[in-house]
Amino acid sequence: MLVYIAKRILIAIPTILILIVASFFLIHFAPGGPFTSERPLPPAVLANIEARYGLDQPLWKQLWDYLVNIVLHFDFGPSFKFKDRDVNDIIAQGFPISLTYGSLAFLAATIVGVSLGVWAAIKHNTWIDYFAVTLGIAAQALPNFIMGPILILTFTLWLGLLPGGGWNGGQWEYLIMPVIALSTSYMGNIARLTRSSMLEVMNSNFIRTARAKGLPTRTVIWRHAMKPTLLPVVSYLGPVFVYVLTGSVFVDLYFSTGGLGQAYVGSALTRDYAVLLGVTILYGGLTVLVNLLTDLAYAWFDPKIRY
Amino acid sequence: MVFGSSQKAAQLADDVTDVIPVKGRSLLHDAYIRFTHNKAAMASVVVLGLIILFVLIGPLFAQWSNEEIDWDRMGNIATEGMPSIANGHFFGLDELGRDLYSRVIQATRTSLMVGLIGAATALIIGTTYGLVAGYVGGRVDSAMMRFVDILLAIPLTLVIILFLVIAGRSFFMLFVSLGAVGWLTMSRIVRAQTLSLKTREFIEAARAAGVSEVTIMIRHILPNLIGVVIVYASLLVPEMILTESFISFLGLGISEPYTSLGKLIAEGAGTMAYGTTWQLLYPLFFYVAIIITMFFIGDGLRDALDPKDR
Amino acid sequence: MTKFTKISVAALLSSTMITSAAFAAPNVPEGTELADDQTFTYRVLDEHSSVDPQVVEDVTGSEIVRDLFEGLMNQDADGNLIPGVATGYEASEDKQTYTFTLREDAKWSNGDPVTANDFVYAWKRAVDPALASPYQWFMELMSIENAAAIIAGEMEPSELGVTAVDDYTFEVKLSAPLPYFPQMTTHATTFPAPQAVIEEHGDDWTKPENIVSNGAYVLTEHLPNERSTRERNEMYWDNENTIIEKTVALVINDENVALTRYLAGELDRTEIPAGQYPQLSEEYPDQATSFPRLCNYYYTFNVSDSGPEAFKDVNVRKALAMAVDRDIIVEKVMQGGQPPAYTFTPAAVAGFEPPALEWAGMDQAERDQMAKDLLAEAGYGPDNPLEFEMVYNTSDDHEKVAVALSQMWKSKLGVQATLANMEWKVFLEERGNQNFEMARGAWCGDYNEASTFLDLLDSDSGYNDGKYSNARVDELLAEAKTSDDTSPLYTEVEEILNEEMPVIPVYHYAGVYMLDTDLGGWPVDNVEQNWYSKDLYKIAE
Repeated sequence: MLVYIAKRILIAIPTILILIVASFFLIHFAPGGPFTSERPLPPAVLANIEARYGLDQPLWKQLWDYLVNIVLHFDFGPSFKFKDRDVNDIIAQGFPISLTYGSLAFLAATIVGVSLGVWAAIKHNTWIDYFAVTLGIAAQALPNFIMGPILILTFTLWLGLLPGGGWNGGQWEYLIMPVIALSTSYMGNIARLTRSSMLEVMNSNFIRTARAKGLPTRTVIWRHAMKPTLLPVVSYLGPVFVYVLTGSVFVDLYFSTGGLGQAYVGSALTRDYAVLLGVTILYGGLTVLVNLLTDLAYAWFDPKIRY
Repeated sequence: MVFGSSQKAAQLADDVTDVIPVKGRSLLHDAYIRFTHNKAAMASVVVLGLIILFVLIGPLFAQWSNEEIDWDRMGNIATEGMPSIANGHFFGLDELGRDLYSRVIQATRTSLMVGLIGAATALIIGTTYGLVAGYVGGRVDSAMMRFVDILLAIPLTLVIILFLVIAGRSFFMLFVSLGAVGWLTMSRIVRAQTLSLKTREFIEAARAAGVSEVTIMIRHILPNLIGVVIVYASLLVPEMILTESFISFLGLGISEPYTSLGKLIAEGAGTMAYGTTWQLLYPLFFYVAIIITMFFIGDGLRDALDPKDR
Repeated sequence: MTKFTKISVAALLSSTMITSAAFAAPNVPEGTELADDQTFTYRVLDEHSSVDPQVVEDVTGSEIVRDLFEGLMNQDADGNLIPGVATGYEASEDKQTYTFTLREDAKWSNGDPVTANDFVYAWKRAVDPALASPYQWFMELMSIENAAAIIAGEMEPSELGVTAVDDYTFEVKLSAPLPYFPQMTTHATTFPAPQAVIEEHGDDWTKPENIVSNGAYVLTEHLPNERSTRERNEMYWDNENTIIEKTVALVINDENVALTRYLAGELDRTEIPAGQYPQLSEEYPDQATSFPRLCNYYYTFNVSDSGPEAFKDVNVRKALAMAVDRDIIVEKVMQGGQPPAYTFTPAAVAGFEPPALEWAGMDQAERDQMAKDLLAEAGYGPDNPLEFEMVYNTSDDHEKVAVALSQMWKSKLGVQATLANMEWKVFLEERGNQNFEMARGAWCGDYNEASTFLDLLDSDSGYNDGKYSNARVDELLAEAKTSDDTSPLYTEVEEILNEEMPVIPVYHYAGVYMLDTDLGGWPVDNVEQNWYSKDLYKIAE
């Protein structure tokens, strides 16, 4: 097992390195640079700026310096747009926010989704089941950029219950709407997944046997059916966690949370190379890490898998 | 981001993997019968058929084109732009005074095409890649799959944004970028399936009979992949449509005068507070209808191709 | 209102003592009862680039910097120059030396006096290649002696033509007599900088915990992409006349969300999305506000070699310009009280006399007829339709205008204009390299003078994306740089532009805002919209 983990981590390093290099060239080849502006800068001014940020160096040299700074100083470089801050500042400020939203949305999606799915499966073919299925599909089909306006109009404008955006140190009233907007589609998916998985398990022979033995339904469900039910769900949860973190772009933009999503899209559009690369590396690393954790969790859930 | 359900798709595909290799028509025929007995799936097929029919014959009834501006009514959309049979704007007007009926038809066509072509692109690339990796095996296989793992670690939104930013926007680029991110999971599923297939007796038999490797891949393995591929592709279609709508929200989608459902919805959602809800509701209706029917059809196909008793 | 501004409690506690003093403030009308909570909250579209006066380059950042720092001169509510740190200035005979007298009671927020040396340091810093400020060009534009050479790296920053004659006398030497030089000292790049603090903290000096500033406010909080807060600077020389205790800038990317949050009472000021002004001004007549801005909006023809042959024909250019129904654009698309544009320079620009143009007085039907005739004369008609591509950067509003224009041309002239929107940076790159046929353009004045617009059409201008070139225009613009009476020169330039039509003026911008009724002192007549929180006040409801 340990060997397996070590091997996975070792593989992660070249993965991230390739990721950096690929993203580096991709963003540098995009038309327009960080200092392309509506007022074209006079050549002398542009030269000064490029010299300051090392953009006058050949590309391979820039890449090398970039990598060296990361490895030796853990310095991801300056932001070209936000001149008062560097990439480390931006990530240190935005990531905890994204992580908070992401984790809450993840928990909400998982808890509500699994409960809804289990409930629907137990009450198979009753109105509860139909209700849960409809809710799940509707939640999945409604894009979060519809959820956003609906939530803001309802809770902020009409009811006056919740503030329309901001983070404010993470007070709960500021968290509710973004978390809902972020979690619904995954919640729907998890609910549907859990339901079908549970139905399958409940029809399987070992559950039938357990029932035949006269065990109470509650015991059957909790003792025997739960773990196999959750097996496919668990494998889906890892990606979901990554998606709620990296896919928070809309929520960050819409609710002005200050999370990384804004920095991420903004840096792509303004060609803020270092910020974009920094966030990409963070997200990429996170993806690798979560995939590893998912596999480990899967191993714990499924005794058949051994490493 | 919305490619979230791909993991689920993988799971579903695993179920299908348990299918015994196709032995002639009977199994597919069984699947067909099972599918036609699935009420939700059949209803969805009917609804989807009606939507496609509407997209095809709807323009015959349109009194305005999708780009024409109704100069008399523009500027007073909230009071004069609501849906009306009398003035020929069956779905009302958009913010600029263009006929929403024609625009919704055009947008639905675009979104369906995005879904189908995007999924088809992913399907072709993913199947070919997975088939080659799985069949050739060995070092080639591990190198090819390592590459997929790396690509999977790059956040998809970033890839799409960069694609569209760098290459400029066009229908073509949109399909390419959607396809480019959709094929990864597909290739993994196909590879796994191929790995299990290539040790089967009938493949051994074909090889012993001197059939060439390429022919084995195309004639004998590919047909047995159809089940998995169909199921996954049907799930990809709504994902593609969802992703396109997200891209449109970011302002990186299709260029005017063309539009997509995602773009219309984003516009309608922005102005929903100003008393022009029809601008949101009509495109949203078609969008949700397509997504939901595709989900049910996907589920129906999965159940039909999965002979396990449920 | 402001249900959620927990912060307001603090302001409430400290407000009693200010209320009495505030009545003395010169800009508050007699009998106004001030609110207890003097917090001003407004929406900004994007996170600001910096609050370093020499580095800042965006409007959002400049608004903050104008509150945090104070330059030599300020603007009043009408945009006129009024004393800032300088009580006044004297120009030499040849207008190449300006001497500013600084007030002796100006202080930094740490209590140090503001001296001429702070300005000398700041101005040298602004041109220093090592700082690499994107606004170095502004110092060059100010024609300060040696600025250009320093920026090009040929001279040391210490050789800039600025000196501290004594602590309270600041002298500037210019390389040319620039008539509008004093106006330029209201720009953030020219604000003083605290040398000791910058040297101590380096790049981190603008962080709220380090920053020292000399304006009416100090930066107390900065949560990137969410908000920034500035609060009263007790050390400011005119502190007793400052009424607003605290100004909060909230970053809200989506204008519709911003409006919703405004209506929910979270904001005192926000932009009105295009098309919503009429409805809002009906519902909230006291709050919906529209006033002219110093910005134009136009489409430029590519008349360079890479441009289409058709656009080299002046009749084609004129026909397209004529067929644009500007009233539809401003009244039915933008709907925010924008003035329709027939000249490149907005009429609101100080000292600019728009020429009397024949076609501006016609009605649209006459213009359309003229356009048809012109186009026919150029050889385009139903059998040989004019086709071209028009590019604009991705944005809902630009898209609306572009669609409306293309449909006007299509329905009136049978012209096929294909729309292409590009993401901002790509757009700039393509437009700057003349890879377009027709492109959207817009310009906001850097200072209140017609040359800030007309210089764009100078043959040598780096912003002349259509590569329009006319010797007489260049000559007139050069003359205006030193002339005492510039108005007739600019009028003549506009007349030439009208004859040759290298750009299609569409409309001039208006500031279209929701301004809360309890907000007083907003300078609606300042066309540059250089506002200062210290001139605002909140009225008790």
